Amino acid sequence: MELYSLTIHELQDKLRAGEVTAADILASVYQRIDQVEDKVHAYITLMKESAQAQAAAADAAIRNGDIKALTGIPIALKDIYCVQGFTTTCGSRILHNFVPPYDATVVEKLRAAGAIFTGKTNMDEFAMGSSTETSYFGVTCNPWDLTRIPGGSSGGSAAAVAADECIAALGSDTGGSIRQPAALCGVVGLKPTYGRVSRFGLVAFASSLDQIGPFTKDVEDCAILMNVIAGYDPRESTSVNLEVPDYRSFLSRGIKGLRIGIPKEYFIEGIDPEILASVQQAVAVLETAGAKCVDISLPHTEYCLAVYYIVAPAEASSNLARYDGVKYGFRSPEGRDLLDMYKQSRSTGFGDEVKRRIIIGTYVLSSGYYDAYYKKASQVRALIRRDFDEAFQECDIIVTPTSPTAAFRIGEKTDDPMQMYLSDIFTISANMAGIPGISIPCGFTGDGLPIGLQFLAGHFQEGTLIQAAAAYEKTAGMGALIARQKQAKINFS
Amino acid sequence: MKITREEVAHVAHLARLTFREEEMEKFTSQLNDILLYMEKLNSVDTTGVEPMTHATVLHNAFREDVVKPSLANEQSLANAPDPRGEFFRVPKVIE
Repeated sequence: MELYSLTIHELQDKLRAGEVTAADILASVYQRIDQVEDKVHAYITLMKESAQAQAAAADAAIRNGDIKALTGIPIALKDIYCVQGFTTTCGSRILHNFVPPYDATVVEKLRAAGAIFTGKTNMDEFAMGSSTETSYFGVTCNPWDLTRIPGGSSGGSAAAVAADECIAALGSDTGGSIRQPAALCGVVGLKPTYGRVSRFGLVAFASSLDQIGPFTKDVEDCAILMNVIAGYDPRESTSVNLEVPDYRSFLSRGIKGLRIGIPKEYFIEGIDPEILASVQQAVAVLETAGAKCVDISLPHTEYCLAVYYIVAPAEASSNLARYDGVKYGFRSPEGRDLLDMYKQSRSTGFGDEVKRRIIIGTYVLSSGYYDAYYKKASQVRALIRRDFDEAFQECDIIVTPTSPTAAFRIGEKTDDPMQMYLSDIFTISANMAGIPGISIPCGFTGDGLPIGLQFLAGHFQEGTLIQAAAAYEKTAGMGALIARQKQAKINFS
Repeated sequence: MKITREEVAHVAHLARLTFREEEMEKFTSQLNDILLYMEKLNSVDTTGVEPMTHATVLHNAFREDVVKPSLANEQSLANAPDPRGEFFRVPKVIE
C-alpha cells in the first residue's frame, strides 16, 4: 500500500507509531502528483518547497512528542482561499497574479493543527460552474474517466483526493460546489451550516450562500477536518458563536431509530435510472441498519434553481464589482480613460460564465426589476426554508441523490448554460436554507463512474450527518468497494 | 423576448462590461432562456411572506470601537498594477 493512498487517520496512526515520517508521506504524495498530474490537472499552483519545510517542521514536532490533529498530513486547498505569499487566482485571469498578504482563517486553523499544504486546486472561475470547465487555467479531468468532468466548482479538490494527489482537501459550496464534485469523483464532501466555518479570506461569490468544507476519502477523515475548521471567528460577521461538538464522537453511534426522510420531490423522472436504483438500494441499507424511513414532502423544491439563479448572480454582481484593475489583479493596458480602463479590464479579465452571471445579477437588481425578480426570489427562498423546518419535525435527516447524473463528458454542456445549471438541482436547496449537507459514495454506474448519496440535516446538525454517513459507509462496506473499484479503474493507462 | 439587445447593452454598461457584436447576440439569447425559466416563480403565492436575505438568525455583529493593527502601506500596494509612491495610479478621469 502506497502512503498516498491512505487516509488521515491511518497516516496519523503510522506517524504516532513512528513507522513513517511526515517527509515520507509528502514524498509519496509528490511522487503521485508527478505520476498523474499532467493527466488530471487538479492543481493550479503546487507548493512543493514550502510543503517540504512544513514536513520538516512536522517531523521536528513529532520528535518532541507534539502531534496535533493534522500533523504531517498533506492537504490541498481550493484556489479560493488566501494563503499568504501564494497566488490566489479563484480560477480567473483577473486574479492571475494576486498574492494575498494574509492567510484565510481556515488556512490559519489548518496550519495551527499541523497540516502541510500541497498546493492550490483548480476550480470554475469564481466558483461559477458545475464542471471546472470555466477555469481560466484549463479543465480538470475526472480520475475515474479522463474524458469526463470532475464536477464543480471545487473539481480540482475532488479530483486531487480521488487521484490520491493529496490526502484530503478543502473546497467551498455555494450551490453544490463541494457535494456535486464529491459525488462525481467518489469521495466524501461536506457543506457545513451557514455560519459554522469562518469565510474570512475566502474570495466571495454569493455571500448569503457560500460555505467552506472538506473533501476526504472517508467519513472519519471528514469528522477530523470538521473538528479543525469549524468554529466562531470574530473577523467574520456571519460566523456563529456556538460551541463545536467533537464530530468524531458521532462516528460510531449507529443509526438505530434515526428517522430518515425521503422527499418525493427528489425521486423524480429525469434522474439517471442507475442513480435512482443505487440511491434506493442505499435507503434499503439504511433500513437494515435500523433507521426508520418516512415519506416527506418539500413542496417548493422545483423553484430552488430559479431562486438560486436570481439570488446568487445578484450577490455576485455586487461582490465582483471590486475587480476594477485599480488596487490588485489584472489591468488592461487598453483603457483610454478611467471608465474605459474599468470596462476593458473586466471584459478581458472575466470569462463568459462570470460575465453572464454579472449581467443577470445586475439586471435583476436594477431599477424596475428588483421586485419582480430579487424580492420575489427572496420570498420563495423563505418558503424553501420553511419546507425544511416543517420536514425536520417529522425526520432527523433527509436522504436524496447528490446529482441527477454521474460525471458527464468534457464539453457536453458548455454551450447550454441552463443544462449545466440543472446539475445542481439536488444540492442548491441546502444553500438556500443554510442547512448542512454531505455527499458520500453509494455505488457505481455500469460504466464504473461513482454515484453520490446526499444527507441533509437541520442547522448545526453536522454531527447527525456524520453519524448517518459513517453508519451507511460501514454497513454498505463502501471502503472496500471503493478500494476495489479504484484499483480497477484509476490506472491512467 | 424578456430582454432586448439594448437592455443587455445598458446593463453591461452598469456592470462596467463591454461585448463584441457576436458576443452580444449569444448573451442576449442565453439571458432570454434563463429569464424565461425564472418566470416559474410567478406561479408561487408569496402574499405576506417576509423576504429571506440571510440563512441564520444573526442580525448585527458589533465589536468595540478600538483601533487594531491593519496592513502596512507597502503590503497594500504590493499587488497594485500601477503604484506611485503611496498611491494607486489610474488613467485620466476627465479629458
